[in-house]
Amino acid sequence: MKKTHIIAIVAIAAAIAIIISTAGDASTYVTFEQAFQMASQGNKKDIHVVGELKKDAAGHIVGIEKSADNLSFSFILVDDNRREQTVYYQEPIPPDFAKSEKVVVIGSYHGDKFIADKILLKCPSKYQEQKLNARV
Amino acid sequence: MHHYFIGNLGHFFVIASLVTALVASYSYWRATSSNPINPSEWLINGRTAFAFHSVAVVGIVFSLFLIIYGHYFEYHYAYAHSSLHLPGQYMISCFWEGQEGSFLLWMFWQAAIGIILIITQKQWEAPAMTIFSLVQAFLASMILGVVIPGMELKIGSSPFILLRDAMPDPIFKMQPDFIPKDGNGLNPLLQNYWMVIHPPTLFLGFALTLVPFSFCVAGLWQRKYTEWIQPALPWTLVGGAILGLGILMGGYWAYETLSFGGYWNWDPVENAVYIPWLVQIASLHSMITWKSSRMALRLTMSLVIAVFILILYSTFLTRSGILGDASVHSFTDLGLSGQLLIYLLFFTFVSIWLMTLRWKEIPVNAKEVDTYSKEFWIFLGAAILCLMGFQVLVPTSIPVYNKIVQLFGMRSNLAPPADQLSFYSRFQLWFAVILCFVSGTAQFYWWGKLEGGEWKKKLMGPLLLTLVLFALVLVIARITNPVYMALLLASIYLIISNGRILITVTGRNPNLSGGGIAHIGVGLMLVGILFSSGYSRIVSLNNTGLLYNREMGDEFNRDNLLLFVNEPRTMADYDIEFLGERYEIRNGSGYVKKSDVESTQDPFKVTAKRDIQYDGRLLYHAKDTFEIFPENTYYEIQLRKGEQVAATLHPRIQLNPSMGGFLASPDIRRGLASDIYTSVSAPMNRESEPEWSPLEEQNVKIGKEFFVNDYVAVLESVERVYSIQGFKLSPDDAAVVAHIRIRAEHEDYFADPVFLIRNKSEVGRLPYEIGELGARLTLLNIHPDTDEFTIGINTRQKDWVIIKAFEKPYINILWLGTGILMVGFVIATRRRYKEY
Repeated sequence: MKKTHIIAIVAIAAAIAIIISTAGDASTYVTFEQAFQMASQGNKKDIHVVGELKKDAAGHIVGIEKSADNLSFSFILVDDNRREQTVYYQEPIPPDFAKSEKVVVIGSYHGDKFIADKILLKCPSKYQEQKLNARV
Repeated sequence: MHHYFIGNLGHFFVIASLVTALVASYSYWRATSSNPINPSEWLINGRTAFAFHSVAVVGIVFSLFLIIYGHYFEYHYAYAHSSLHLPGQYMISCFWEGQEGSFLLWMFWQAAIGIILIITQKQWEAPAMTIFSLVQAFLASMILGVVIPGMELKIGSSPFILLRDAMPDPIFKMQPDFIPKDGNGLNPLLQNYWMVIHPPTLFLGFALTLVPFSFCVAGLWQRKYTEWIQPALPWTLVGGAILGLGILMGGYWAYETLSFGGYWNWDPVENAVYIPWLVQIASLHSMITWKSSRMALRLTMSLVIAVFILILYSTFLTRSGILGDASVHSFTDLGLSGQLLIYLLFFTFVSIWLMTLRWKEIPVNAKEVDTYSKEFWIFLGAAILCLMGFQVLVPTSIPVYNKIVQLFGMRSNLAPPADQLSFYSRFQLWFAVILCFVSGTAQFYWWGKLEGGEWKKKLMGPLLLTLVLFALVLVIARITNPVYMALLLASIYLIISNGRILITVTGRNPNLSGGGIAHIGVGLMLVGILFSSGYSRIVSLNNTGLLYNREMGDEFNRDNLLLFVNEPRTMADYDIEFLGERYEIRNGSGYVKKSDVESTQDPFKVTAKRDIQYDGRLLYHAKDTFEIFPENTYYEIQLRKGEQVAATLHPRIQLNPSMGGFLASPDIRRGLASDIYTSVSAPMNRESEPEWSPLEEQNVKIGKEFFVNDYVAVLESVERVYSIQGFKLSPDDAAVVAHIRIRAEHEDYFADPVFLIRNKSEVGRLPYEIGELGARLTLLNIHPDTDEFTIGINTRQKDWVIIKAFEKPYINILWLGTGILMVGFVIATRRRYKEY
């Protein structure tokens, strides 16, 4: 067998190992219900939950609570199955937070508290912006 | 008044650029046909069309710039990305804040490169420019902004769209000619000099990958399987250098501007350019090997094509909105995803089809690769580079798999790894270790065939030196983590072996030193990354023993430091002290205390209350009015060693209440051995009224001392004034201001509370607050009979800020390595260009 073939075979084997390992390390998008079940079964892995901020009838966001010193906050996230969950985040409120149309939280349940390690925001495109800046 | 002309002109140029690119591509294609009817005429047609195309591209750039520069807010692009108060040098950054502008930038570079190719590459002009012009046409279609009537099909998104067409705001129904007075402004994170040069560099890198691709496809098409490598090689070298530089500039910008505490975050947007760069470096090595030993032509061609396809793939990932849930900073979807997909798939299928068609014809060298040959080591290195890219590609593409599975009507809920930093680093670090050993050894084989056991003799010296140096660094830096040890050993080996080669080769011919120098640069970069990331240390440890917040976990309380104004703390061998909040002046350099200025009607202008000094210079006299950046607050933080001031840092916060948050940018104290990186993690909450102590009254005479929040204060004078904060009082009103000096730790503060009688009977009191001292003084009453004044004092917590600080040891080695890598690229490019 040629040496180049050996390099090729080893490289392919490594590539397959990479795919398998990625599949193992990949997180999943789940609902709060699934996340809670996973946590109660002892699965400590961080998961992604996609949802929207809770809004009242007038469309105002409700349920954002800052700690007294602004260092952390909690908010209510409504997942795709309309289940509401208070999410705790140990960082100050990110910019654009209240404007985001979708929020992805990465974290896990600790008891019945959902603690986010990271938050990703999906903000509406400027093209969908319906209102002009107040500074006109 | 609407400036319709410039927008129409711009749009005309866009359409012209598309048409001319198509004409150029067609003409060049005709010029290559094997059975030519007037090939030279078609060639001239192609050239002329491409020349017009370039003029059109410059015309688009010029029109868009005029719109931004002239503040024509009737155009969406100017309104969305600029504002009246944007400093001139950042107007250029407005171009690439929007997607359309960055497509334009990409087109601009390719047009420029195309002209160079036409002038220099007579032999390859026709086939290469056919492909080149076709790519330009695809890019032009992205900013076309034309709706095909009857089909409701929108092609491209034009940068010349009017605001009223872009935003269905009800005001346009009432006033169709409405023009906003000011724009939305440029994202403050982009208002940084690196953001002026990083995107052009990166897109130049993108554009340069098209050159080897065009040559390679032209070679396949024209059955000139080997001739294309020679002219493509210098372009690949320049491309590798520019793309690498662009990526690192992005990292440097992130380090300076974003407050995540580093330069690389393994965000999908970063990964999307890292992958093609790795493959590009692999293709570069493969091309050089082909030149010296005529081996692996098929591999070389596949790699060169893969680089360009990966660039298109990365464009698709970052601009189609597919990363939406996965990335922090990808562009939002402009409705171009379909077009981007066609762009990607078109060139993928054309090149794969051409490759398969010609596969059998591509010359193959049947020679066996020997373990003791340079080819073996180079291919091993190229394979590792590709695997590194593959390892990043697989998880970065997770959103794509989900989309594909969805297309088949199923559901996939795969998400990227939760902790990306440790996930990617774990793999990439070990790949880097192997790569260092392979590439260090490959150099010896490259510069002299080592038969049998000869390698033992040659490698012994460098290996020994590596071990000695490794042991030294190990002891001095006290590295105990075995993984880091492996990386350190590998990078030192890379540096030493290339250093050894460099000495031999430079002796022979200095022009050959490029490779050696570039590899040393990579070795240094790895050492820099190892120390600055692996040993990045949080130095802002909370040593007050207080929990800021009981609800919060341990981590936040441990990593952040609460600083009250003028109360020093110790942090990593430094005394650190917060000196108060500052504004940055707009003209010139310097910071002014917020308490030294008074706001005016114009939010961008303030008036000095007293003479303002900064850094020993007199900036402004009392009563001067000058411009500031009102949206930014800088927190002046001093680091001292003993009495010596080591650094004064100004991390920044941009409060943005309308967005419900703030943007923080760090400030970095640069040192030879380590950087101290400080950013604000939480500013004081100004929205809610602080808790004041109950009012305490003191009767004082002029010149008499009294206490304010434990500071000694003195009532210096009282005078009648006829205007307050710019408002003139009527003759019936009487106002008195008390001038109080308070002696604080470093300097004196002044309070000027006002006592006011309006319409002869209504009493008003304007208290004066000094946040730095946590005091509010009110002139409560005047007793003419005793010459006494009643001063009311409330106290609260002094102003504070919570910061996070990191120490990044030896980060300068990373930047130094980057510089050396670039020098290596320049030397190598010169050599290959001369050969050609």
